[in-house]
Amino acid sequence: MSEIDLLAWGETLFFIVLKIVAILLPLILAVAYTTYAERKIIGYMQLRVGPNRVGPRGWLQPISDVIKLIMKEIVVPKGSSKSLFVVAPVLFIGPSFAAWAVIPFDAGVVLADIDAGLLYILAMTSIAVYGVIIAGWASNSKYAFLGAMRSAAQIVSYELAMGFALVGVLMCAQSMNLGEIVLAQSGGFFQWYWLPLFPLLVVYWISGVAETNRAPFDMAEGESEIVAGFHVEYAGMAFSLFFLAEYANMILISFLTALLFFGGWLSPFEGYGWLDSATNWIPGTVWLLLKSGFFLFGLIWIRATFPRFRYDQIMRLGWKIFIPVTLVWISIVAIWIKLNWWPFNN
Amino acid sequence: MRSVKQLVDSFLLTELLKGLRVTLKNMFRKKVTVQYPDEKTPQSPRFRGLHALRTYPNGEERCIACKLCEAVCPAAAITIEAGPRESDGTRRTTKYEIDLFKCIYCGFCEESCPVDSIVETRVFDYHFENRGENIMTKAMLLEVGRRYEPEIASDREADAKYR
Repeated sequence: MSEIDLLAWGETLFFIVLKIVAILLPLILAVAYTTYAERKIIGYMQLRVGPNRVGPRGWLQPISDVIKLIMKEIVVPKGSSKSLFVVAPVLFIGPSFAAWAVIPFDAGVVLADIDAGLLYILAMTSIAVYGVIIAGWASNSKYAFLGAMRSAAQIVSYELAMGFALVGVLMCAQSMNLGEIVLAQSGGFFQWYWLPLFPLLVVYWISGVAETNRAPFDMAEGESEIVAGFHVEYAGMAFSLFFLAEYANMILISFLTALLFFGGWLSPFEGYGWLDSATNWIPGTVWLLLKSGFFLFGLIWIRATFPRFRYDQIMRLGWKIFIPVTLVWISIVAIWIKLNWWPFNN
Repeated sequence: MRSVKQLVDSFLLTELLKGLRVTLKNMFRKKVTVQYPDEKTPQSPRFRGLHALRTYPNGEERCIACKLCEAVCPAAAITIEAGPRESDGTRRTTKYEIDLFKCIYCGFCEESCPVDSIVETRVFDYHFENRGENIMTKAMLLEVGRRYEPEIASDREADAKYR
């Protein structure tokens, strides 16, 4: 390899690493403050005030939590499979970070502009379940193992419904590249896919809650019955990696909902005369952040509202309701597209 | 017809949306939290907290060692030893101890006391750092009584007409 090749190669590598840092640093900060937002919002919904002691209005609470977790000892239980026990949190958090590679933040602002973006996201969110299973198995604890089993069954069931919901999106957009999916929705609020694909949006959203193991689908944790599920035995930083990944997944689901069903970085006023020109100066990233912020709030709102599902109810909902609903709606969408009806007549 | 309505309702998630509306409304309602060290909840004059032994305004202790409180105490938390006082030979306690771990804060001691000597104050936020600190000795009880006498006196007065 000549020297010039090496230099060019090094430069590309440098810029990729820079981009990764530019995505992951804000993401980790966002995760920290999502935990704060969650505690505040749930507190407010329960007529409490939430954390307000560390710093003004509790703004430094996440920082103090991080410091506390870093200083704690990581206890490796006796009889656990030590190497797997250590690897599991990394396996869980890796995919939830890697999935961000294909998320476009604005037209063309994306780390990896690949054509199979949607498939990549599905693959990454599915791989994360290995982290849960390995964590549960390596802990050598019955609660952790039960939690891992529940999580595996749940994710497998909801992956299907979620996949089908996404099939509807890619049928409409005729592409699996997330950037192209967003661009296919251009033309204002009523051209976004939430309207024609409304049942799929609901299914996708609920499956997303289930995929992230969040209440009311937090069977894998189930504090009241299996203590903390798959991460009972984890403490300190190892535990916080699971926590970090769960919140990163929440933010990912919110971003995906905004991208796939709500026009991503597109302005909602597109094509509405003076409203459009008055809001033209707002960058697309702001719209994307606003939309995903709303869905993030939605996830927390749902957690504050609903009690946990029973295990058989989760299975029934996934297999007997969501999958048939998505299948029916996919057929309807297919007929629409074939007959060139609204809204695919452009 | 009802089953059709039920089907439509469950597919439109009406019940769930109602629930979400409740939590959203609560989010904007007034919060009920009491910011404890800064704010405190109102207390009744009958509040039964930490014990105290009272004295008369001239400094004479009220307790006459009748041992009624020791007898009535359902948790047997009070230990009294009595004898003549050296200075004037009157009957007084030589030892008056309350075990705060045994005490159930029922207030019977206060009710049984013929001279209003043993009382329960409004103090509820106290703690122990070493073994044995849970035993309140006579000196400690008298000290609590001295410190909170104005509050104790006004509370007894406020409650007097109901006794």
